[in-house]
Amino acid sequence: MSFDKIRDPRKIRHQIGDMECDYVYTAGITGERFYLALRDEGKLLATHCEKCNITFMPPRMYCDLCFGELTEYKEVHPRGVIESYTITYENRDGKPLAEPLVLAFIKIDGTDGGLIHTVNEIQPQSLKIGTKVEAVFEVKGKRKGALTDIKHFKPV
Amino acid sequence: MNIKKRVAVIGAGITLFRRRLKETGKELSFLASNMALESAGMTRNDIESVVMGTAPDAFDGIHMKSENLLDGAGATRKPYTHVYVGGGTGVFAPIGGWWHVASGMHDTCLVVCEEKMSPCFPHPQTAFRTIWDPIITRPLNPNLVWIFALEMHRYMKVHNIPKEHIAQVAVKNKGNALDHPSAQLAAKITVDDVLNSEIMVYPVNRLDISPPSDGACALILASEDVARKYTDAPVWLDGVGWSLDSSYWTNRDLYFPQYVAEAAKMAYKMAKITDPPKEVSFAEPYDPFTYKELHHTEGLLLAKKGEAPKLTVEGVTARDGDLPICPSGGLLGVGNPIAAAGLMKCAEAFWQLRDEAGKRQVPKAETGVCQAWGDLMQVGTVCVFKRDS
Amino acid sequence: MSKNMKTLPGTPLSGKELKSDKVITFNWRPNAKYAWSAGIAYGRFLDELKEGRIIGRRCRRCERTIVPPRMFCEQCFVATDEWVYVKDTGTINTFSLSYLDADANRIKEPIIVAVIDLDGASPGIGILHKLGNVDPKKIDVGMKVKAVWKPPEEREGAVTDILFWEPL
Repeated sequence: MSFDKIRDPRKIRHQIGDMECDYVYTAGITGERFYLALRDEGKLLATHCEKCNITFMPPRMYCDLCFGELTEYKEVHPRGVIESYTITYENRDGKPLAEPLVLAFIKIDGTDGGLIHTVNEIQPQSLKIGTKVEAVFEVKGKRKGALTDIKHFKPV
Repeated sequence: MNIKKRVAVIGAGITLFRRRLKETGKELSFLASNMALESAGMTRNDIESVVMGTAPDAFDGIHMKSENLLDGAGATRKPYTHVYVGGGTGVFAPIGGWWHVASGMHDTCLVVCEEKMSPCFPHPQTAFRTIWDPIITRPLNPNLVWIFALEMHRYMKVHNIPKEHIAQVAVKNKGNALDHPSAQLAAKITVDDVLNSEIMVYPVNRLDISPPSDGACALILASEDVARKYTDAPVWLDGVGWSLDSSYWTNRDLYFPQYVAEAAKMAYKMAKITDPPKEVSFAEPYDPFTYKELHHTEGLLLAKKGEAPKLTVEGVTARDGDLPICPSGGLLGVGNPIAAAGLMKCAEAFWQLRDEAGKRQVPKAETGVCQAWGDLMQVGTVCVFKRDS
Repeated sequence: MSKNMKTLPGTPLSGKELKSDKVITFNWRPNAKYAWSAGIAYGRFLDELKEGRIIGRRCRRCERTIVPPRMFCEQCFVATDEWVYVKDTGTINTFSLSYLDADANRIKEPIIVAVIDLDGASPGIGILHKLGNVDPKKIDVGMKVKAVWKPPEEREGAVTDILFWEPL
């Protein structure tokens, strides 16, 4: 069995198109509490599972281990420790950045989870896993109800 | 066929179906799954495997969406399987669950179906743009309703069916849905309301179509060995069938869904049903459009080709008729969150076959058949449920 | 237990509530672009459309002449055997009048779409296309139609090289 062959690549026909949808994502029940607290109060909220003794950051509606519904929100200090980090020198399209960007997974004190965010006000070379950091918030009037209401984390 | 274990449904849960729900997909999955577990007196520890039915990516705009949902479906660190066949998914997910239990591999399986269509703008319809062949069809700028209108018109033409008879399905289903707690579009309407509603794509009017919706549903399957540990009234999933036709849909006659008949034959054979119109107490065929309930009733071999409209007009398919069709209110009345809609029909069969359907209860229901359909008009999925005797 | 269910979980949101500042949302448009290759069969199909001809493939086993053409017969599951030209006339198998555009916006003048069974192809082998130069009230299943082509210099090698089909 053999198909016709096309030997001249200029003769291969293509149709160009794209995925044309716009998406509007709701934050959900728990997400909305979390982002409203960030925007309106400058606070970080977590949810706690009594049964498994886990404090979720970011907060969740359910504990995925015991599947209990979590209704208790607690405020935690926006401070933590760098568990891991990376330094990127290019943007998403592969173009060089003016300044290298540090992205870290920050384990938030008093929780069993953390946030992925940028770290600033320190030379990237001086960063270590284990460096203690705290959140620098945007001024209240400019906060939108998004993770960027925290501008970055800085070393304590 | 070498089926190791008989499979029972022992619990069910469902959320509201609405045009837009605030909950994320994970939260919806959790709410439906949690309710199903509570209904069976089970915890996540009792679940050995999970099957999820949900549209990938396009509606929610989340890549690898089923993996995103899994912790909300109780599947953290469990064997987890994602199945999707368009609108056919809601009746295909329990079939996926059936594989897990009937094979003897797992004693329990949580089956979850979730859909959020609301994030897609300007309209969930836009997400369907890439279903079309990019070379042959998409340059014509089609609207999804075209294919349903073309199928409906062919069906009407071949059998000479007046629109009034088809409109009756919307009246019946939206009326039935008044008794369904999830219902998005329950209403008391008339045939004239349907005929006078806005023409979308002739011969389809606005009230002929089910809405896009957000919602989730869950069922718990268990093997015969453990079902009775959790309930006195297991409902048996005794027949499964599925069949897909090719996507060259302009090369086949649209007046009859042959692939639904193939799936139905497969499921009836397994359930030892030889005379479906006599042995089936009620049916939940997929009704995203009014004519589809009729088209599928014939595909399920419950009526002769061209005869389903007559049965509707004569009241045979009403909830108090001889063969109730869509006692739940169907997609036309309850809503159409793509994957969850079909599972809503299976949950209906579950409640009907243990006398828990409240005002929707079909008297003396012994055997129910559920069916779903989708993709590019090519998939038929069928489940046959039986009351415990 | 359906009859015990009073309120089910779920928090409905209206379109208006979605815009309120008490509801947190995030917007995104994926920036994915695609170049879909026509493949062997459709490549030739498009080349022929540019020349004002419709081509199909024939499977000798089931003896079907199929359009749009494919290099394999999906029923016999073997390679198809030869190229066959079909006519640019056909019969309406089913049709519809669309008062919605591709984004579900309402339009005043309907787009008339049809499945047209092609002369020269096997029975029931049709293609999706549009009808024109016809009064919507006078169309019926079974009507004979003919393709109206773009002038040769405007054709690109696309299904839109046929503008629409009109009554014969």
